[in-house]
Amino acid sequence: MSVQSIRPFKAAAKDVAANFHGQQVVYFCWDQHLMFYAPVAKLLPPDITFQAVIDTELTPTYSRHPDFARIDWAAVQWFKDGEAFTPVLDTSLAGNGITHKTAVHFKTPGLNGLNGNGF
Amino acid sequence: MSNVFIALQTNEESRYIVEALLEDNPTAVVDEQPAMVKINVPGTLVLRRETVEEKMGRPFDLQEMQVNLITLSGHVDEDENEFRLSWND
Amino acid sequence: MDMSVKKKLGLKEKYALMTRNLGWEPSYEKREDVYPLLDYEGIKIHDWDTWEDPFRLTMDSYWKYQAEKERKLYAIIDAFNQNNGHLNVTDARYINAMKVFLSAVPALEYNAHRGFARLGRHMGGVGPQVACQMQAIDEMRHCQTQIHSISNYNRFYNGIHDWKHMNDRLWYLSVPKSFFEDACTCGPFEFIIAIGFSFEYVLTNLVFVPFVSGAAYNGDMGTMTFGFSAQSDEARHMTLGLEVIKFMLEQDPANLPIVQKWIDKWTWRGVRLLTIVAMMMDYMLPKRVMSWKEAWEIYFEENGMSLFKDLARYGIKVPDCVEQIKKEKDHLSHQAWTTFYAAAPMTNFHTWIPSDDELDWLSAKYPDTFDKYYRPRFEFFREQAEKGERFVNPNLPQLCQVCQIPMLFTEPDDPTQIAYRQSEHDGEKYHFCSDHCQHIFDNEPEKYVEAWLPVHQILQGNCFAEGDDPSAPDFDPIASVMKYWHLENGRDNGDFAGSEDEKNFAAWRGMTTSNT
Repeated sequence: MSVQSIRPFKAAAKDVAANFHGQQVVYFCWDQHLMFYAPVAKLLPPDITFQAVIDTELTPTYSRHPDFARIDWAAVQWFKDGEAFTPVLDTSLAGNGITHKTAVHFKTPGLNGLNGNGF
Repeated sequence: MSNVFIALQTNEESRYIVEALLEDNPTAVVDEQPAMVKINVPGTLVLRRETVEEKMGRPFDLQEMQVNLITLSGHVDEDENEFRLSWND
Repeated sequence: MDMSVKKKLGLKEKYALMTRNLGWEPSYEKREDVYPLLDYEGIKIHDWDTWEDPFRLTMDSYWKYQAEKERKLYAIIDAFNQNNGHLNVTDARYINAMKVFLSAVPALEYNAHRGFARLGRHMGGVGPQVACQMQAIDEMRHCQTQIHSISNYNRFYNGIHDWKHMNDRLWYLSVPKSFFEDACTCGPFEFIIAIGFSFEYVLTNLVFVPFVSGAAYNGDMGTMTFGFSAQSDEARHMTLGLEVIKFMLEQDPANLPIVQKWIDKWTWRGVRLLTIVAMMMDYMLPKRVMSWKEAWEIYFEENGMSLFKDLARYGIKVPDCVEQIKKEKDHLSHQAWTTFYAAAPMTNFHTWIPSDDELDWLSAKYPDTFDKYYRPRFEFFREQAEKGERFVNPNLPQLCQVCQIPMLFTEPDDPTQIAYRQSEHDGEKYHFCSDHCQHIFDNEPEKYVEAWLPVHQILQGNCFAEGDDPSAPDFDPIASVMKYWHLENGRDNGDFAGSEDEKNFAAWRGMTTSNT
């Protein structure tokens, strides 16, 4: 144990998957689009397909940005916990290896925020 | 040499303390800000009880300064007659 | 008749009699049973008697001067209220800065009281015991005067009607709350480095001095007076913090790496906490005293560096995080204000888009970054608002596991890219806003895995109003969370323009200058 304590104690992680009633938290961030000031935290069932996440979660979250309508989804670069990956759209989050508290970032080359300035 | 400083609330008592500080610390620089006055001195600052008493025209206990003090920087050394701030660099 | 007149005691003599000589060595209990918390952090103290309190303040003088401070404070608070002082502020937008301050700080003062009261009991020497006991009483005084000051405002303005309830629940207030709870759950030596040294000495100047001077500049006598009254104790607290660090370093060379680790950790923890103060200074004071960047340069870069130069003789180094802080000073306040602007429906204060002359002031103060990155953001927000489509981001943000701030900070060398760091512990993923928060976690993961992160608590269903049924078909989770926070969307938050606060202030101010 690295923490200094008066007596030994067993740390109880507050945010384990079991505490989310069968769902899991997944973070999403559209890089270079700081209009949305931070990555968003979504509570999702593990069996939702990646395409459904785009349609029912990312679209309402980000469609307000003028860049959103111009996204070429085939050209989007996806990152899972910092590693590049290619999602299988009709497969579940679990099938895509996206587990509880995975951070998914995506970049849209050529669309880098208003005036190309990250906003 | 780093600056030490002391900041006091702007009021009638501090006015004399500032006058005394300026007299006893020839290199002091006064920085007036809204409702406060900050005195910066390179290296060491000294406040002498006698000088304050002379300015105020009454006996003064250096600890009375606690009431009007806002902040300071440097090592403090205080006795009945002198209050000192300094850096050891 | 000859009378032997006793000479008045000198300061040093009096201090010796009224502090040191109050102590005793236990005879029928073991010393380690009387002071059980002194060993487990690894700090070695060989001789508590070498402790020297430079102020040499004894309890009798302490009570005398504190009573004098209280009399002055309440005379001004009375005058403030008798004169409807709240109507003398420059502009009612200003009151929102007070809402943030009064929502966050009284609870910090209370926790500081708890921490120092514990140290007053557990420190191993009389000198630090007395100094910590005085500080514990000071902190209680600050807490009480601030709570009292809330009533100067919440009788008239929205959002701070239930500060204690919100302090334990509202998402952004978990940042200061968790900071202090982190400190209070440390051992006594880490606590005093965290609060007495890193926070009091290095950082509180940035909270109280320019900001409280700013309150004075904005006509807010009520805040100025409790702020300066509290700050008059800080000089003593800062001196205690500095004394403690010198004492620990002089006692044993083995203390150096432990102390250095704590300084590194708590400087960063404190700087992250001050993000909100940066925003208050640059955006929430209608009349500005100085920019956050300028305050930072005076109180941290100049004064803080003098301190580290002085401590170099003990082997103390400037914390690594200072490099990143230097880069962030041009961005911090702007990133924070755009966040709160976009998160408007989830706060307890009003936000606004800076006016044209305020935008120009920001350009002048931040020539390298404001026009390039931040002015266009406000222009966009303004354009949207004028079209009747006020921008909000209603999504719950990802939070940093350590500082609990939404992950809004950008990479130190790329202000267009959010910084994100990740660690794994016991098979769970944890996320951080920066290398430094990650490093703090990696050093003590067992502590931070227990963090009460508001966003995760909401998603676990632990933050809905009592009686609301999340399985009901018409259940509105956001509305239920607002109810749980005791906030009314649109009344307690949202745009200042058009708010009840704005209307009331204008009407009341009108009444003070006319008879109709």
